[in-house]
Amino acid sequence: MAALLEVAGVSKNFSGLRAVSDVSFAVPEGAMFAVIGPNGAGKTTLFNMIAGVFAPDAGRIAFLGERIDGHPSHEICRRGIGRTFQLVRPFPGLSVEDNVMVGALLRHPNTADARQRAHRLLAELDLYDIRAQIAATLTLPDRKRLEVARALATDPKLLLLDEVMAGLRPTETDRMVDLLRRLNQGGLTILLIEHVMRAVMSLASRILVLHHGAAIAEGAPQDVVRDPAVVQSYLGSEAL
Amino acid sequence: MPAEIYLNVAVSGLLTGLVYGLMALGLSVIFGVVRVVNFAHGEMMTIAMYIAVALFAAFKLDPLLMMVPIAAVLFVFGYALQIGVINPFISRPEHSQFMLLVAIAIIIVNGLLIMFGPDARNVQTSYAFDSFAVGPLIVDATKTYAGLAAIVVAAALFAFFRFAAVGKAIRACADNYTGALVVGLDVKRLYALTFGIGAACTGAAGVMLVLIVDVTPPLGPAYTLLAFVIVITGGLGSMPGALIGGVLIGMTEAMAGLLFTPSAKSMFAFAILVLVLLFRPQGILGKRAS
Amino acid sequence: MKSLSLNGVSRRVWIMLAALLAVFLVVPLVVNDYLLTILILIFYFAYLAQAWNIMMGFAGQLSLGHALYVGLGAYTTAALYIHFGLSPWLGLPFAIAIAAAAGAVIAFLAFRFRVAGVYFAILTIAFAEFARIGFDHFDWVKGSSGLFLPVANYAESDLWNLRGKPVMFYYLMLALTVAALALCHALLRSRIGYFWQAIREDEDAARALGIDTFRYKMAAVVLSAGMTSIAGVFYAFYYNNLFPEQVFHISRSIEIILAPIIGGIGTLFGPILGAFLLTGLAESIFELMNAFGWTPPGAKQVFYGVCLLLVVMLLPHGIWPPLARKLGLDRRSNESEH
Repeated sequence: MAALLEVAGVSKNFSGLRAVSDVSFAVPEGAMFAVIGPNGAGKTTLFNMIAGVFAPDAGRIAFLGERIDGHPSHEICRRGIGRTFQLVRPFPGLSVEDNVMVGALLRHPNTADARQRAHRLLAELDLYDIRAQIAATLTLPDRKRLEVARALATDPKLLLLDEVMAGLRPTETDRMVDLLRRLNQGGLTILLIEHVMRAVMSLASRILVLHHGAAIAEGAPQDVVRDPAVVQSYLGSEAL
Repeated sequence: MPAEIYLNVAVSGLLTGLVYGLMALGLSVIFGVVRVVNFAHGEMMTIAMYIAVALFAAFKLDPLLMMVPIAAVLFVFGYALQIGVINPFISRPEHSQFMLLVAIAIIIVNGLLIMFGPDARNVQTSYAFDSFAVGPLIVDATKTYAGLAAIVVAAALFAFFRFAAVGKAIRACADNYTGALVVGLDVKRLYALTFGIGAACTGAAGVMLVLIVDVTPPLGPAYTLLAFVIVITGGLGSMPGALIGGVLIGMTEAMAGLLFTPSAKSMFAFAILVLVLLFRPQGILGKRAS
Repeated sequence: MKSLSLNGVSRRVWIMLAALLAVFLVVPLVVNDYLLTILILIFYFAYLAQAWNIMMGFAGQLSLGHALYVGLGAYTTAALYIHFGLSPWLGLPFAIAIAAAAGAVIAFLAFRFRVAGVYFAILTIAFAEFARIGFDHFDWVKGSSGLFLPVANYAESDLWNLRGKPVMFYYLMLALTVAALALCHALLRSRIGYFWQAIREDEDAARALGIDTFRYKMAAVVLSAGMTSIAGVFYAFYYNNLFPEQVFHISRSIEIILAPIIGGIGTLFGPILGAFLLTGLAESIFELMNAFGWTPPGAKQVFYGVCLLLVVMLLPHGIWPPLARKLGLDRRSNESEH
């Protein structure tokens, strides 16, 4: 079975600095795939290439069997890849509801339909009560959930989450983990960058470890965390 | 047309261009450090020009002699403007800053209109019609003095930023705002100082320019635009770029005036601006690609 | 169910608007000619304010060269009328097409080459200046000597050729302003309106949601340019003379943006409010000064400058948002109504 997302030999340089170096992996449909690694390992750069923010210098990226490397980000979203940003970027002057509507209008051009879809998502993500609030006034956990809701509104088949747990307290992290598990069980394939290891361990079906732009390990969680290269470069003696 | 005419026009354009360059230098310094787009730059220059005109009319004082005091007046004006009005806008969105300075520009232009009326004024010094003969060239005395003065002031400015403690502190602010704060520099004061210096530059340039052209209130916006063309062409934030841009525009203007109709010469400046914005937005020597 | 979208306008506001419209429809019967010309000017700027607001307030693109489109609209219809006797109504599609094309060129160059923010504003200024100087040498429209429309007998109103008394122009500008308001309202609540606002707020995030920002930004510019050119047609046939030096001058561009900035960029009513306040106040002050015999040239502009300065410094979002809140006309106060 062909994977939903295939990344093959992808590299990216920035003014002589190798940000991503010959990375290859495949995300099967329905997976919860985590990308971990120290800061500067190239995780967000990898995401940006998949999401179409910039093109890889080498390699291929294929989604649903078709190449998407180098394609513009709006087209990649149309094909079914949604993404959130590491530093959340809700539309600050718009309300929570309007934020999600912008996403929903992609597949539901009729504003009434889009609004219905938005309301359903807001309820699912526990944002319905604050739907009239202006996004700039939201707390961080709410803003993170808003960003997820907005990305979900585009009906993606694959959702890229960039450190969506960062800055959340343990209870909020648990909430987010529950949410992601629910979405994944509902059929959504998720590719996430994460530092919060307990979230990764409880969610991921597969982990890719990046270090200095290169893939140093890939596989099932229990194998990856015991991999000596991974322990040395990233996990250290961190108790899991 | 004999080659001498082209040469004369080119040299004339070069000298005028040096003055333009000095004016643009002020704009570049302000943008490079304070990161504010001074849309009232040309208008500030006209303030200096009118002061020079008034002083000359009243006391027959040569503008070039009055250059330092007039530049000092503009310095104070710029300093006060930055500290009093512009400072809170540093963190506001770009278009807010822009509008603020547009408002100030409007007030300046029309204030001058009310005070001095719409008629053209100029300064006719005793050497206004003199010229020097250098080989095949015939160069206006006024333009020569103006050009030389521009070089002197620009050199002084370069030296200031290179060697003076305060100058180096200002450069530190420009390069690394947070770092400057951490090190304990009084950034607000340095910004005001920089704005004052930029205003003084444009004031000095105005004093030189009033020897060459007539001043009317609408000259302000015209020179603001010219300053932008020069700074963008030469490279926003680059001091040598501003001078090079100034000379380039000065000469282009002069040659265009010679080869085509004089009234169309600013079209060339705008054509250059459009081309630069499209194909090389960081300008010839610009540090930051936009 | 009441929509809680950003621009839900409550019933109260519509009633007020209807009442205002009724007032403005009968106003020509009671005011003198001078006041009528003031009102014409107000609606002219209110209409332009809305056209500009689409580009800036909705899509976030700062244009300081909108006089270009006014001038193109004015010169196109005026020239067609003078040279071919073509009615301005028939010339209108040409005017809109030419202005829209100019907007498309500027937008394409700017967006294709990633010219944004202040640089984009300067680009728009450059194009307007280019037109100002270029038209000075454009002989078919008489260049710098000025293009003059034959001034007809004012006793008869010839709507087809836009010749007639000020009253005719008053109703035209009123109709245009109302139509623009209706259009803006429809746009804001439509899909394109949401996408524009998303682009204005955060273009990269908008793209990540599948929005082709290039296309929508182009659409905003082209629509704004086309709408603005219609005001140009009015300008030509109302003032009956066109000089490139005046029509394309940057002062015209700045006049256009004063009202929407003072009233409130991006809002539905801000631009119109701004036009009323600004022109109304300016003319009243001018009248006052006239009474004292002090009429220096440029006084009105100083007033505009000071207004702009105060608004930018003290009310960064314009006068409408805090005013609406005070009057209880904004969204939050109206939720209980439904």
